[in-house]
Amino acid sequence: MPQLAEQQDTYQAAFDAFRREPAFGSGAEADAREVAFDRFLARGYPTTRDEAWRHTNIAPIAALSFERAAAAVPDTAALAAVAFDGVSHVAVIVNGRLSEKLSSLAGLPAGVSVTSAAVGAVPDVADLNAFVDLNSAFVEHAIVVDVAPKVVVEAPLHLAFVAVPGRAPALVSPRLVVRAGDGAQVTIIESYTDLGSGVTFTNVVADIHAAPGAFVDHVKLERQSNEAFHLATTIVRTGRGGTFRSHNVTLGGRIARNDIISVLEGEGAECTLNGLYVATGDTLVDNHTTIDHAKAHCPSHEVYKGILSGRARAVFNGKIIVRPDAQKTDAKQTNKALLLTDDAQINTKPQLEIFADDVKCTHGAAIGQLDEDALFYLQARGISLAAARTMLIHAFAGDVLNGIRTASVRDAAMRLVETQLSI
Amino acid sequence: MLLEIKDLRVRAEGKDILKGLDLSVDAGQVHAIMGPNGSGKSTLARALSGHPGYEVTGGTIRYKGLDLLDLQPEERACEGVFMAFQYPVEIAGINNAYFLKAALNAVRKHRGEPELDAVEFMRLARDRAKLLEMDQTMLNRSVNEGFSGGEKKRNEIFQMAVLEPTLAILDETDSGLDIDALRIVASGVNALRAPDRAIIVVTHYQRLLNYIVPDVVHVLSEGRIVRSGGRELALELEEKGYGWIEPEATGARA
Ligand SMILES: Nc1ncnc2c1ncn2[C@@H]1O[C@H](COP(=O)(O)OP(=O)(O)OP(=O)(O)O)[C@@H](O)[C@H]1O
Ligand SMILES: [Mg+2]
Repeated sequence: MPQLAEQQDTYQAAFDAFRREPAFGSGAEADAREVAFDRFLARGYPTTRDEAWRHTNIAPIAALSFERAAAAVPDTAALAAVAFDGVSHVAVIVNGRLSEKLSSLAGLPAGVSVTSAAVGAVPDVADLNAFVDLNSAFVEHAIVVDVAPKVVVEAPLHLAFVAVPGRAPALVSPRLVVRAGDGAQVTIIESYTDLGSGVTFTNVVADIHAAPGAFVDHVKLERQSNEAFHLATTIVRTGRGGTFRSHNVTLGGRIARNDIISVLEGEGAECTLNGLYVATGDTLVDNHTTIDHAKAHCPSHEVYKGILSGRARAVFNGKIIVRPDAQKTDAKQTNKALLLTDDAQINTKPQLEIFADDVKCTHGAAIGQLDEDALFYLQARGISLAAARTMLIHAFAGDVLNGIRTASVRDAAMRLVETQLSI
Repeated sequence: MLLEIKDLRVRAEGKDILKGLDLSVDAGQVHAIMGPNGSGKSTLARALSGHPGYEVTGGTIRYKGLDLLDLQPEERACEGVFMAFQYPVEIAGINNAYFLKAALNAVRKHRGEPELDAVEFMRLARDRAKLLEMDQTMLNRSVNEGFSGGEKKRNEIFQMAVLEPTLAILDETDSGLDIDALRIVASGVNALRAPDRAIIVVTHYQRLLNYIVPDVVHVLSEGRIVRSGGRELALELEEKGYGWIEPEATGARA
């Protein structure tokens, strides 16, 4: 396939250029990159013949010639817009590199650290697909958040991932590692923003571990430009009695895809995967989630909601695995989408793989337009049709956004929903 | 005349429901509309409030000298038309007080009155909630969500008390109310009776009319008003049902 060859040439050139740089490293680190890159080339990008990518055609990504994103210094004024009111602990990661200078981490409580670590120093992640391979080949350093056992971090920690476009489309390959020790508690806000105009391709891999009894509240706010490509693989493991909560908000990107794999690997572990996405124009949002109930007595809750307009397309695939050991599993999944235009389209699929018998698994999906009866009710009280639509969209989005505990983040997300939908 | 409906014809989903309905209501009056199930009472209420699913295929509605059919539902509401729904809609995620404040301020803005801020609104809302002996916590719940049948009906009249409409159409507000609630809601409605306001109550039960005493009672059957009279007509209907009216109506049509 000529296209495949071209695509490989592009990445080969970028990889060759990387090889000549000190950041490529040497020894085991360099070897690991080579292995990952070979695997990426051998595998190639998924096509719509791959079940997990059936509705997500990544041809626009394959068609572009990317360069590895260069070191960049974002405009300070623009950077201010990335911050959230009242969130003072901020790590700024520009084109995948942690910037000590732009970050404000001095006030972090004892036992909490955000550091940049050699990739070889953090555990490997499973080579799930070509994008993980690509990340492993191009990642420079891992951003590591460590929270020591028993440490309760009251204030949220904002990891501000910023993509600064270059002359050629920029490939940004961040790797994030979050380790919450036994009984630790932390709220992490992972945001993605483009600063400047031009095409960026963020291909991030996050590895989150909540140790037994730990509580990790995780907000992911993707607000990149509608020209950006965003692919995120998030792997979460939660130990005995631990809790993981995810609020996955996707508001930008020409193609945005999240793969979240949440493994409940200890008894009584709990996870909540909530998501809100908005897609307009010609954009595509794909959320593939997997909740893997490996042990008994684990509840999981999942609510994904989407708002689509224009010719936007969305995919939701919610897999729930209940392993033979996972008796007394209680899994609930809901998936709703609002289609504001006739041309918007969603493909949604629950996927239950249940290998234990004493379990509760429920799932429901509702795809539709704004409720006509509710619109009329509001209008009949004097509220204009436009205002009534806005109110109903707010209510729909609020269902997920209200779960975000940091008010300024919640409000910023709601404003972005409004901006995207021009309401 | 506050409201003048002439030869109104309304169709929904290809079905002709109102087939030449005439009705005139003066300011200060209370009219009761009774009639068998499916005769078109709610359709009349929906047509008055501008429901998009109900197509007016003929006739006119003049209200305050305006051609009501020219107005969007929200414009009608801003002009003082209020319908208490037979089946109030549940709206998850929209706070009752927030919704009603938005509605009231839309109406006030239209009237050229200053909008109320949150404090002023809550003062008014609490006052009106008291009038209807309504649990204040209902203000902070989602619109009608999880409300009992009776609570929903009470919430409708509460909204009416806040919005102070010029023309109110109460569609079976009494059904689903227990005896005490009926008395409370009726006295709430009575408190809103005013010389510049008209109220149309749609009901199946004469009992409501003991509390809200109408000036005129109409019988709606098969899409038309087939008989009008005083209070005593309601008593007669209670006693004899609708059967005795129908032939006469047919006669009238011939
Ligand atoms: N949207 C609609 N589509 C199709 N038919 C409708 C629609 N709305 C009303 N109808 C029909 O029109 C007729 C009149 O309905 P309407 O609700 O006005 O009756 P009603 O007099 O209020 O009855 P009830 O006393 O039971 O409330 C009924 O036969 C009903 O099924
Ligand atoms: Mg009815």
